Amino acid sequence: MTETILKLTNLSKGFGGVQVIDDCSFDVPRGARMALIGPNGAGKTTIFNLMSGVYTPDTGRVIFDGEDITDIPSRMRVRRGMARSFQNIRLMPHLSVVENIMLGQHAQVGSPLDMVTPLLKRSRWRREAEALLADMDMESYPGEVVATLPYGVRKKIEVVRALASRPKMLMLDEPAAGLNPSETAALRDFLVQISETGVTILIVEHDMSLVRSLCDRAVVLNFGRLIYDGSTKEVQHDPQVLEAYLGSRHAEAKGEVHA
Amino acid sequence: MSGYMAGIISILAINVIFAYGIFLSVASGQLNLGGAGFQALGAYAAAMISANYDLPLFAAMLAGMVIAGLIGVALAFPILRTKGVYLVLATFAFAEVVAGVIINTEFLGGAMGLSVPGYVDWQPPAIAAVLVCLFVFYLMSTRFGLAMRAIHDDEDVSDLMGVSIRNVKVVAFGVGAALAGLSGAFYAFSFGFVEVQSFNALVSIYVLLYVLLGGTQTPWGPLVGAAFFTLLPELLRELLPAITQGVANIFGATADVAPPDESWRFVILGVLAVVMMAVRPEGVVTRTMVERLRFRRNRNKTLEEVAQ
Repeated sequence: MTETILKLTNLSKGFGGVQVIDDCSFDVPRGARMALIGPNGAGKTTIFNLMSGVYTPDTGRVIFDGEDITDIPSRMRVRRGMARSFQNIRLMPHLSVVENIMLGQHAQVGSPLDMVTPLLKRSRWRREAEALLADMDMESYPGEVVATLPYGVRKKIEVVRALASRPKMLMLDEPAAGLNPSETAALRDFLVQISETGVTILIVEHDMSLVRSLCDRAVVLNFGRLIYDGSTKEVQHDPQVLEAYLGSRHAEAKGEVHA
Repeated sequence: MSGYMAGIISILAINVIFAYGIFLSVASGQLNLGGAGFQALGAYAAAMISANYDLPLFAAMLAGMVIAGLIGVALAFPILRTKGVYLVLATFAFAEVVAGVIINTEFLGGAMGLSVPGYVDWQPPAIAAVLVCLFVFYLMSTRFGLAMRAIHDDEDVSDLMGVSIRNVKVVAFGVGAALAGLSGAFYAFSFGFVEVQSFNALVSIYVLLYVLLGGTQTPWGPLVGAAFFTLLPELLRELLPAITQGVANIFGATADVAPPDESWRFVILGVLAVVMMAVRPEGVVTRTMVERLRFRRNRNKTLEEVAQ
């Protein structure tokens, strides 16, 4: 067991002429709650896609749990303990809640026999999925088709689906987007609860109060470059971060006030 | 049982098996417009084998099914690369290729067709249809079925969940092709004659219509779709003359009215298909509908328990 669960080294990715990720390196310590932030278009979701294997990097390596996974196909990565949620909810609309969770368990499927065993009421898989929903206080919805559920509930189900693969690291892409303050507070408690079971959390989020109350470390991206890597407490005083969010003139003005 | 009824049951059974074959590929996100091709493969394979080898009919049918399935698997790999309308065109082209090969092959009877030694009554296809139905219901309740439905909804996310898109799609397409081939084998032995014209593009379109209008979300859909579209024309055959006579009577015509043209049945069928697409674009039987029926049944049960 290494102290670092995820290590990105000199990662770059371009689409056509646009360099979306430019020489990014950072580490995620095991068991941490870490935030990946930056203005819109900074490349946060692209980083997630590079980690989970949706894109292959032009240069650089992704090292997860001591193993170089850069060339491993995306569907094999979840088996190694890397699960993610998506910026726009991407649950399967025609599956029920519990079926979505059972889909999340797919990484645990061992033999072909698991593929052809019916997922009936009493099957191990279904009972495990229902138990997981109950643990997360979501047992009221198992039979319903996802398309009919409220937005906040669907966001939470997506996190539970990612958890169903029993990940070592959970990657969440803007889980609080579109949630009201009380839902966000509930989400925070929910994530802390997950984190206490030993799962590393890497979160992309714009809601800074959530980031500050949940995470101790943050990395900041701007135009595909890493501009900050450190504590969430000082991130808003960093001149480069201020410049990225507010523009150079405002950053200077703000810097004077703080000085 | 009258010959007419026996014939309808045979056709219904064949169409149900055929519809399930296409359903398996459609439910895993592969819109298959090559149904007639696989049915023709099964029919000709079974016919040729029973004509040339001294095998029981059941073995010939099994062989027809296996051959159609193997060719289905072989086709499934190249079409993995196609999506949407290109996938539809690729499968459609495959059916045309099959028809073209048959029509140009002397020993398959070419355009003249082939008479099939051996005959099955309505019972074997009916039993097979029930078994196929049970098999598909079972398959859709497994994790494999779950993976198929997940791929249908969102391929990229299914991949990230660890589902092997390629394996699931190829197996679903291949098993579906085998079922379509089985329906073809039954067709050959029920009608005693196969010719390439009876496996034309319209057949592929109709079977896809059974599946899409019946609904692709649950295994009930193809059953309802195939039954509806097989039985409705027969029902209209009886009803249509009565209706025209009735309408004529309202307007005071006393003499017998000439029975309407046969093709009117298909006009009504077409109109119904359009109406169904407009009213229920996801098919007649949807997931929510099945859930609701189940819920109602459970509620009635609890009410009864309370009453006792």
